[in-house]
Amino acid sequence: MSELRFDGVAVRFGTGGRALTAVDGVDLTIPSGQVVGLVGESGSGKSTLARAAVGLTEPSSGQILLDGVPLRYRAGERRPLQMVFQDPYSSLDPRMTVGDSIAEAVPRSAHLLGVGRRRGAGREDAGREGIGRQVVDRRREVGRLLELVGLDAERALAYPGALSGGQRQRVAIARALAGQPDVLIADEITSALDVSIQGTVLNLVRSLQRELRLSMLFISHNLAVVRYVSDIIAVMYLGRIVEVGPAQQLLNDPQHPYTKELLAAAPRRGTTSLQPPDPTVADAEPADPHHPPVGCRFHPRCPIGPLVRTDREHCLTIDPTAEADRRLHRTACHHAAGAPQTAMAPHTRRTFP
Amino acid sequence: MRARWIAVLRTPVGAGAGVLLFAVLLLALLAPLLWSHQASAIDTEHLLEGSSAKHWLGTDNLGRDIFYRVLVASRTSILLALVATLIAVVMGLALGCAPVLLGRRAGRLTTAVVNIAVAFPGLLLALFFAVVFGVGAKGAVLAIGFAGAPSFARLTQTLVAGVAERDFVAAARIAGVGRFRMLLRHILPNIAEPLVVNATIGAGGALLAFAGLSFLGLGVQPPVYDWGRLMGESLNGIYVHPAAALAPGVAVVIAGLAFNLFGEAVAKGFGVPAMIGPRLRERSAETMPAATDDDEAVLVVKDLYVSFPGPITPVRGISFTIGKGEIVGVVGESGSGKSLTALAVAQLIEPPGQVRAAELSFLGAPLLGRLAVRSTAAARRRLLGTSFAMVFQDPMTSFNPTKRIGTQLAEGAREHQGLNRRQAMARAIDRLRAVRVPAAGRRARQYPHEFSGGMRQRAMIGMGLMGAPALIVADEPTTALDVTVQRQVLRLLETIRTEDDVAILLISHDITVVAQVCDRVLVMYAGRIVEDLPASELATGARHPYTRALLAAVPDLDTPLEEPLAVIAGRPVDPAAMPSGCAFAARCEFAEDRCRSEDPSLVSHGPDHQVACWNPQGTAAWQARYLGSESIRTGQL
Amino acid sequence: MTTTVRVPGTTASFTSHPWVRFAVRRLARLVGSVLILISAAFLMIHLIPGDPVRSALGPAATKSLIDARRESLGLDDPLWQQYLHFLQHLFTGDLGTSITTGLPVSDVIRDRLPATVQLAVAAFLVAVLIALPVGLAMGVLTRAGRRPRTELSFTSTTVILAAIPEFLLAVGLVYFFAVKLHWLPVAGRGNMSSYVLPVISLAVGPAAVLARICRVELLAVLQTDYLRTARAKRLPAAAIYLRHALPNAVTATITLGGLLLGGMVAGTVLVENVFGWPGLGSTIVSSILAKDYPLVQGVVLVYGVGVLLVNLVVDVTLALLDPRSTIRES
Ligand SMILES: Nc1ncnc2c1ncn2[C@@H]1O[C@H](COP(=O)(O)OP(=O)(O)OP(=O)(O)O)[C@@H](O)[C@H]1O
Ligand code: SF4
Ligand code: SF4
Ligand SMILES: [Mg+2]
Repeated sequence: MSELRFDGVAVRFGTGGRALTAVDGVDLTIPSGQVVGLVGESGSGKSTLARAAVGLTEPSSGQILLDGVPLRYRAGERRPLQMVFQDPYSSLDPRMTVGDSIAEAVPRSAHLLGVGRRRGAGREDAGREGIGRQVVDRRREVGRLLELVGLDAERALAYPGALSGGQRQRVAIARALAGQPDVLIADEITSALDVSIQGTVLNLVRSLQRELRLSMLFISHNLAVVRYVSDIIAVMYLGRIVEVGPAQQLLNDPQHPYTKELLAAAPRRGTTSLQPPDPTVADAEPADPHHPPVGCRFHPRCPIGPLVRTDREHCLTIDPTAEADRRLHRTACHHAAGAPQTAMAPHTRRTFP
Repeated sequence: MRARWIAVLRTPVGAGAGVLLFAVLLLALLAPLLWSHQASAIDTEHLLEGSSAKHWLGTDNLGRDIFYRVLVASRTSILLALVATLIAVVMGLALGCAPVLLGRRAGRLTTAVVNIAVAFPGLLLALFFAVVFGVGAKGAVLAIGFAGAPSFARLTQTLVAGVAERDFVAAARIAGVGRFRMLLRHILPNIAEPLVVNATIGAGGALLAFAGLSFLGLGVQPPVYDWGRLMGESLNGIYVHPAAALAPGVAVVIAGLAFNLFGEAVAKGFGVPAMIGPRLRERSAETMPAATDDDEAVLVVKDLYVSFPGPITPVRGISFTIGKGEIVGVVGESGSGKSLTALAVAQLIEPPGQVRAAELSFLGAPLLGRLAVRSTAAARRRLLGTSFAMVFQDPMTSFNPTKRIGTQLAEGAREHQGLNRRQAMARAIDRLRAVRVPAAGRRARQYPHEFSGGMRQRAMIGMGLMGAPALIVADEPTTALDVTVQRQVLRLLETIRTEDDVAILLISHDITVVAQVCDRVLVMYAGRIVEDLPASELATGARHPYTRALLAAVPDLDTPLEEPLAVIAGRPVDPAAMPSGCAFAARCEFAEDRCRSEDPSLVSHGPDHQVACWNPQGTAAWQARYLGSESIRTGQL
Repeated sequence: MTTTVRVPGTTASFTSHPWVRFAVRRLARLVGSVLILISAAFLMIHLIPGDPVRSALGPAATKSLIDARRESLGLDDPLWQQYLHFLQHLFTGDLGTSITTGLPVSDVIRDRLPATVQLAVAAFLVAVLIALPVGLAMGVLTRAGRRPRTELSFTSTTVILAAIPEFLLAVGLVYFFAVKLHWLPVAGRGNMSSYVLPVISLAVGPAAVLARICRVELLAVLQTDYLRTARAKRLPAAAIYLRHALPNAVTATITLGGLLLGGMVAGTVLVENVFGWPGLGSTIVSSILAKDYPLVQGVVLVYGVGVLLVNLVVDVTLALLDPRSTIRES
């Protein structure tokens, strides 16, 4: 397993009046063997960041580094990052058996081995044996992966149409694991599933992570779900990371007002009423990503910002992202606490260089 | 796959077209072998004659038998059309797949060229290419093939783009699948059906186009003849000898139809499942006298059924009452019948769906059955139009995209409250303000696409407030929204309830949402209410195993991190195969023999609490069993 | 973290106006298409195998006559020069000279264009006026799987009508109404009655297609969430169909209507030949057969431009009708 680092990554779509910066200067590290949960509202750029990581969209600036080496993608090559998608109904080819879909992601190296042996031996049956073994190996690998995600190995012959949503999502996870990824990216993998099935997939993610020590970027709009699987939580707003920190710390002591708002809106057992936030910004509209607000991007909705407190006009002009490193949880807010002097756990220190 | 082909051939149109197509192809194969001789035999004694016993359709100017000539011409006509179609399909495929293989820039160029070419009608292109390739059979085949290529390319492009944006293609790219393999393994198999269907229809078109070119004298040249040339040559003699001109024409139409119809039938069979099933008997609802003693009741539902041809009955005997100013939540998995219940209550189920109920009354007025007939439809519409509001799940699609928000709000008030245009608009602006849409006056003149999701949902609630609603039925009003916006919308609903004493039926798959805002919760499973309890008791006092499992399965901010999440094993029941006993039995760890044979009905378990279960839980003993149970915790699907 | 400096309000207000952008984009496409059309028409002559002049003048022509013609047509110059000349002449409205008749091509076109335009426009109007109401009414009648038998007969009738090629229909109509019944003239262009058969033969197929599309579009609109909203408002049926369903169904229908009108422009070629209609359609066929390539070139250009104009009108209409179009255009 390896460390994945986003270094000033920005992704822009379109040109001219319709240009949109979906991801804007994101710095984020996924330490080896840990799960980073990424939360944010829809359109905040979570999926775009994920797609940039696996090479489905091109970052307009910045770098994505795997163990310090910039990632470079070419069509037809195995990718060190694998991704599980939101909708299990569209992420499996309906015309391929589950086993074929998984086998396709098994790295070609085994295959090359077989070919090499045939050439070297120069004998027909030796080559056949090589191919035969490779087929057997692939089949065994598919069976192993299916069992790893809690499905019968015989399911390899089924078509996705015969599987339920939760089962398909398991297959999608098996396919991602087949690629022997250094880092796994899971983009809203439970949000298309019914609540009764969501739990099984989350349990699976957790047990796999513990077993295989996967490095993982786990994206969800649901804070409770992210909390359940993550070691570190990052909060995204309008294309930027506004706060990132160890999961428990961040949840117990949120710094950014947006994180606090997310926490307040997340359902809690036992609460039976909705706490009203400040009426000035209670019904504020989400900002238009095509025309993000200047200064602090959160200011039109901020309950402790310039609209509520007149002495905070600097929020209108000065971008708090620049100084984020100096604050606790690298919070992009002028009014968050400063960085703590106390020592952090080693892995968290690596996350916040 | 094969089953669907068989299903296509079972439909009358499919079977007819299939047989016709087979016959036409057989004729093309055999006719020249059997009748070439008759078709070319010159009978100088019978020049240009009408039909006779010897020559059914008469003879041409050399005395050749027209009937046989039409039969024999079938091979040339059909063969050339098929070759032209093949050219069109191959070229179209090549152009259409180019964006996948050549990368973005070259792909964009081919797309642009195809888009321009496709704007020109096929016949015009065919004429152009006929000039380029020269007059004659070869030129015409090439011309029609080339002329058909742009539309096939366009079709391929659209289909490819549709498949290419699906996640499995992205997943394959990440897995390192190359472009060619992507095309062969993932894209082409998924677009093959519509391509084949359209190629079949295209062959019909090519046949007609070929006939057209030959008719104009630009196609097949003598001594070879096809249907078009036969027609063109006999056109001048139409006064004396109409059959000679019309017979080949009829042949063209029949052959063209065979291709077209077959293509259409296959398209229909593969695209949309046939709607024609065994029709349900039109049954007027059995209605009991609506003696509602409860004046406070806004909505009374007794024994509500919703069924569709199949026959399936996704809502099976639901009863509940909503009092004034009460917020009642409905939860359940997808497919449990929540939305259908809402639509049935709102009288919005369209045929072939059918609604039955022992009683369905709103503000004391029966909405269904014989009693409803007595009140006039107009009065009922007005009552519902002013006092009954609906909010739907997807705020993006629930407004008419071509009308201004204000107009859409005002419309109902003009209809039901007799307001004029200005009054209605003023009221609409006022209501938008009431649901806290900023700059309501300006916003009212905007179109839905200029609103954000949350704002649209508020406008939708504002639409419900145009009259004086007694009930708002909100079907997943916040599912499509972000948590922070969700909170705004839920708070708005709460405020409306407190201020105007409006009752709300809030449907959601999210039990935590329902727990937060509702007074009472109805838990639905497989078209039934399995538990009806006060929201305050939900966390601790739920008794139905399903309710409890549902609560345990949803993580929230207090879920312990050390243990795995509870899960509900198995799948929801298929409404077409409803078990005889308790519908939850297959997934229930407390199921007993009785559960599998007898269906439990909703019985009281204390005030305001009803449960439909033979084995209700909630005792201390249950707690121990439930938490210790492995199957619920890690249960596999 | 990087900080992006953003200068607000730097985009020019005029060029960013959606309508201006729409117009610029649409005009660019039109110019591109016209250029391709012109180039195709130019290349057509050069793609023909053999010597177009020799084949036009026939085997009897003397070498000096052929050379003179080649000279006068500029066929011996390098290709790019010929192309420039071609463009130059086009801009002055000079489409060359017909090889067979020696008349200027532009005169021939001016002479014959009105007949074709009249025919196409009349047929289009007839088709739309029949197809729209029929299609919409069928949509309402057969919504949500109602009246399956009506639907079946409607579908099969329209499939059959759409499968009858216009020239065949023309021949059939001539036979019955002109030859048998003597109600209408067999051919030629004269008073109103001479229009009836050509217009019908041209209109029937497209009308059948259009009616089907209309119905399908209406059914799709009836399935939408916003129509459910309209029903939830308890509007009377007339308001639901006329105010909410119709405008949205028609928007989608116009696109295809435009394609059909384009197709009709081409369909005139066949119909004109059946009826001996003195329009461009009969001209292009006779000139192709006579290998009179300058004339073919001119007529192809006119047809092509006609089709492009129809598409332009459709796009602009759609943009006017749909409030989202300028924003969504991609
Ligand atoms: N290909 C694209 N072209 C233009 N804009 C895009 C494209 N892909 C994404 N966007 C825009 O980028 C922004 C971020 O999108 P993204 O899908 O990453 O959001 P998200 O946070 O994952 O949302 P959700 O929770 O709804 O999935 C959105 O405004 C979206 O509309
Ligand atoms: S910087 Fe200002 S506006 Fe932004 S989040 Fe902090 S307090 Fe609010
Ligand atoms: S009736 Fe039986 S099967 Fe059904 S929920 Fe109760 S205990 Fe479970
Ligand atoms: Mg997303």
